[in-house]
Amino acid sequence: MSSVEMTGAEIVLSALRDQDVDVVFGYPGGAVLPIYDALFKRNDLRHILVRHEQGAVHAAEGYARSSGRVGVVLVTSGPGATNTVTGLTDALMDSVPVVCLTGQVPTHLIGNDAFQEADTTGITRSCTKHNYLVKSVHEVARVIHEAFYVAKSGRPGPVVVDLPKDVLMAKGTYAAKPTSIHRSYRPRTKPDADAIERAARLMAAAKRPIFYAGGGVINSGPRAARLLTRLVRMTGFPCTLTLMGLGAFPRSDPLCLGMLGMHGMYEANLAMHGCDVLINVGARFDDRVTGRLRDFSPGSKKIHIDIDPSSINKNVAVEVPIVADAGEALDALIKAWRRLKPEVDRKALERWWAEINKWRKRDCLRFDRGSKLIKPQLAIERLYHHTRGRDVYITTEVGQHQMWAAQFFRFEGPNHWMTSGGLGTMGYGLPAAIGVQIAHPEALVIDIAGESSVIMNIQEMSTVAQYRLPVKVFIVNNEYMGMVRQWQELLHGGRYSESYMASLPDFVKLAEAFHAVGLRATKPEELDGVIAEMLATDRPVIADIVVDPAENCFPMIPSGAAHNEMLLGPGDESESSGKEEGMVLV
Amino acid sequence: MAQDKNQEIETHTVSVLVDNEAGVLARVIGLFSGRGYNIESLTVAETDPKNRQSRITIVTGGTPMVIEQIKAQLERLVPVHKVNDLTMEGEYVARELALIKVAGKGTKRVESLRIADIFRARVVDSTNESFIFEMTGSTDKLDAFIRLMEPLGLIDVCRTGIVALPRGPKPF
Repeated sequence: MSSVEMTGAEIVLSALRDQDVDVVFGYPGGAVLPIYDALFKRNDLRHILVRHEQGAVHAAEGYARSSGRVGVVLVTSGPGATNTVTGLTDALMDSVPVVCLTGQVPTHLIGNDAFQEADTTGITRSCTKHNYLVKSVHEVARVIHEAFYVAKSGRPGPVVVDLPKDVLMAKGTYAAKPTSIHRSYRPRTKPDADAIERAARLMAAAKRPIFYAGGGVINSGPRAARLLTRLVRMTGFPCTLTLMGLGAFPRSDPLCLGMLGMHGMYEANLAMHGCDVLINVGARFDDRVTGRLRDFSPGSKKIHIDIDPSSINKNVAVEVPIVADAGEALDALIKAWRRLKPEVDRKALERWWAEINKWRKRDCLRFDRGSKLIKPQLAIERLYHHTRGRDVYITTEVGQHQMWAAQFFRFEGPNHWMTSGGLGTMGYGLPAAIGVQIAHPEALVIDIAGESSVIMNIQEMSTVAQYRLPVKVFIVNNEYMGMVRQWQELLHGGRYSESYMASLPDFVKLAEAFHAVGLRATKPEELDGVIAEMLATDRPVIADIVVDPAENCFPMIPSGAAHNEMLLGPGDESESSGKEEGMVLV
Repeated sequence: MAQDKNQEIETHTVSVLVDNEAGVLARVIGLFSGRGYNIESLTVAETDPKNRQSRITIVTGGTPMVIEQIKAQLERLVPVHKVNDLTMEGEYVARELALIKVAGKGTKRVESLRIADIFRARVVDSTNESFIFEMTGSTDKLDAFIRLMEPLGLIDVCRTGIVALPRGPKPF
């Protein structure tokens, strides 16, 4: 096997197969024609033809996040490669394992300003976990295997492999997947035993503890989510989740406080503010979560489990750092807890829960249920209601609808929630839904979208049509860039500069133009019928849900404010002195 | 008080062992510029040709939290083998090389040569009206010499930035 001569392009595909890849999201072009030619000659790799390279990366992200596998992208040189930059940055910020193969002009033309040449490794250096320019056919197999190793080990991320055309056409021998360890990149996954012991003791002595879990639990795999659930239930401590962590702990569990952060639950944020021991599992103290740093969880001792040492003590100094894979650390913590058989202060814990339940009674997600217009919250609440009990995967775009989806859609398990958290990429949801549907052909996949976001990658409806993917696009249509409008209302005196989306398409006709089914609801009484019809349709659907354009997303911690300075709804004036300070933040 | 101490800017000398591959220096420099860290000096050359490894020595400044970040960020770069913070790891020897061109005539020329002798700088190029001095030493020593050359006809300075090794027999 290893002595067989083949072209660089064939080596690429053999390496992909050896890495258990069965789907590639891509778009052909001059520099990658040898790979597409080799692809044509074999039938063990499925290629999904997207309509824009950004869509390919988001689709690969959706595929990866929903399946736990590495998403693979194949694009050409120059514009093909530069179009992936947003997707790659998105994958970097949200730690999604993606391998992106880019074509490149032949090695002798590199640096020559050749047609469709771009300095791909230079451009993508800061938006990938690592990247490679392969200059010899003898390097192709080794580099691709290494790219997969780097993409999925440690904190996952995107890796670019830039492949010059002459390298793809040259003959070489294929080298199988190596079994040896990497010469320099060997991320730590096992926790330090002493740190685990200290963490368990700190937890045992806690009077007002809280778990704060994030995307690291999801990335670690379903086992980590099960272990988190076990540990939380063993301790009886409350658990809050980040946007990326939704599904790591069942939302229906009474110990679950829901999402925290800027648009998180009142009870979750106040519990974070008032806790005395904070156990961070696979989250990174992101600014959307912490609010004003100097007032973030001021009275707590902090335990931080993260696989990436650079996430620890970056924003928030912690007492017990644990560099490890979330699953490994949770496993060790459970064992330590069992060994310790701690006598937790039950009385204190009861008082803590009483306080939390008082905050819960504020019912921070309440909205006007008597409105003549469809409230966006109602739309998502009804969608959730209609899909309960089904194997449903949700992707979102970015903005108000994303936050409402995070608030009103209740996730019971990991890998069912795909959203652009770190980068906040409008246009993520539709291509991501394509990737999810490819990974789970039988499942119900819904892109909860905003009308402005979805237009950013609407061309992918054509991909949906080509592969007959029964993706549902549920547009919460308020005719505004809603979050921009909300900030303009709250921070810029209601001057709605350029946030109104004039001349929107007729989404029903748009759906039909893309061979999909178009539906529309404009009144609350039409909502249930439209949702039911959407779910009963086994073809792609765009449901245009025309909602109250003036609705704002609450609760909200204004930028630059602390957790205990939340706004619960319209008319709730911020007592924060940091309004000016907050304006300069994003 | 402890808070204030944590806000003080410290200067650290960090030594990074990397694979000598294309783009590795760009990765390190890009990390510093992308995250807004300072580089006071940076030297790089292949130090282990057999294993194709280079050593990068960086002098950088920041609060203790930033310095920790810099090291953690460097460590997670794929081609990085090892990061050593010499400032934190005991005593070390740090040296810098400079070439200093001074032009002048008469007493200024004599004076520059006299001072060079005191500083143990070597003359590596000479014309009737100029010298190039070569000098090795600590950054402070080089600074002092260059300052003294200023009124004597300093033309150009070229410095390597710091290279450093921990004292004693043990390796990095």
